[in-house]
Amino acid sequence: MEPEFTRRRKFLNYLLGTSTGATLVAIFYPVIKFVIPPQVIEATQNSVVAGKLNEFAVNSGKIIKFGNKPVILIRTPTGDLKALSAVCTHLDCIVQYQPEAKGIWCACHNGRYNLNGQNISGPPPRPLEEYTVNVRGDDVIISKA
Amino acid sequence: MNSQAQTTLTRTERLTQWLDERLGLAAIAKLAHKKEVPIHRHSIWYYFGGMTAFLIGVQAATGILLLLYYRPSAESAFESVQFIMTDVQFGWLIRSIHSWSANLLIATLFIHMFSVYFLKAYRAPRELTWVTGALLLFIMLGFGFSGYLLPWNKLAYFATKVGTDIAGVVPVVGHFLLRFLRGGDDVTGATLTRFYGFHIAVLPALTLALFGLHGLLVQKHGMSVPPSLEGKPLKTMKFVPNFLLRDLIGWILAVGVLAALAAFFPWELGEKADPFASAPAGIRPEWYFLFMFQTLKLIPAKIWIFDGEVIGIMAFSLGGLLLLLVPFLDRPSPQGKSKPAFTIIGILVVLFIVVMTVYGYLD
Ligand code: FES
Repeated sequence: MEPEFTRRRKFLNYLLGTSTGATLVAIFYPVIKFVIPPQVIEATQNSVVAGKLNEFAVNSGKIIKFGNKPVILIRTPTGDLKALSAVCTHLDCIVQYQPEAKGIWCACHNGRYNLNGQNISGPPPRPLEEYTVNVRGDDVIISKA
Repeated sequence: MNSQAQTTLTRTERLTQWLDERLGLAAIAKLAHKKEVPIHRHSIWYYFGGMTAFLIGVQAATGILLLLYYRPSAESAFESVQFIMTDVQFGWLIRSIHSWSANLLIATLFIHMFSVYFLKAYRAPRELTWVTGALLLFIMLGFGFSGYLLPWNKLAYFATKVGTDIAGVVPVVGHFLLRFLRGGDDVTGATLTRFYGFHIAVLPALTLALFGLHGLLVQKHGMSVPPSLEGKPLKTMKFVPNFLLRDLIGWILAVGVLAALAAFFPWELGEKADPFASAPAGIRPEWYFLFMFQTLKLIPAKIWIFDGEVIGIMAFSLGGLLLLLVPFLDRPSPQGKSKPAFTIIGILVVLFIVVMTVYGYLD
């Protein structure tokens, strides 16, 4: 059997160790939680009025604010309307419409999509998410698909 | 007259003595006196560490000045930098020097690192000197990345989106990292505030601690001599004042270069960031990130079942880790011979960086 003294020493060390550990956890847990930003609850937006139909020229694209997300509204060369998420699926840049190429282009790493949002060349791994476009009277309305 | 000079003398002497008793000046003076720098054909590389340290000092000084006018919010950051550039007297000079010096600093840091690498100055007992140096390199890149966003212009905005999204791609911790860096899910004013905090408080504190350790270790172990010259009788030069004076000439030259660059090529501000505008054509990061950027561009979207960028990012992270561990990987053989493999790897890495950077500019 260990001498009384060593046993007591061990017990005290254990107490000291665990309480120091607990104190450190008690300090760092709130700190770590603090630096993680809180989730902001977004007002769920289901549709947005992009503008009047005649504001959108044939063969052009425009970035529209959809809540806090950018959406690209495209008037195709044939006059159809298309709305796609404007956030490149590669690394988050915002895409643009290229009238000459009649396609969607991301300047950041030269990613290309066709008018259906399909990724056709460059690094983007996925197609752009589609939104629904409706024309009500004169208003162009974009809504979540 | 004579007696007066004597009293001043004793007064100075008394002051020196007073300080010495409290600070141990004599011991420091003795240390400085003892320090010597070996002279050989590679001695030129000894200057780049000091040059980097000097430029860090320039950054601290100009950074503190910029703080007086800078406002870290999405609404006013761009305008405050514009104000510094146009209204504040010599504001353009201070800001341009801060930007140019940042770039020069990264350049001298790279030179310092590669010279230490090729001269194998990381060998025992200097492993920790290398590790602290490598950590300082990461911190300086962090300074570059966080500082780039602060003017809140378009290029910086998208560079930050891409950069933080890359962090988000890292398996397991990616999402946490991305939100931690962005201060939310998107790059917003919250990101700007965070980067400001990193740039002016967190990173400087880390730099101070690591740099103190790095300097202490350099002092403790003295100058390393390359393996090819080890054991040979070498001439030396006193650190104080001979080497220090040569350092000083370099620093004065650096000030001249910085002033010239700032005057002839004032740092541009560009257009204000707009979260609802397309990324501009011709977007690319600062030159020291360009080789990574270009590599990511060349990796296909999918490699087998993995996203290409994940593979690329993992490879670069692994590279960073290996860099940190160099002194522990390059163990001399039992005969004490060092391996040429590390020199070859080093040359390949330098070539890769140079080729990718040039390609990135031409692309
Ligand atoms: S972010 Fe669009 S191609 Fe990389």
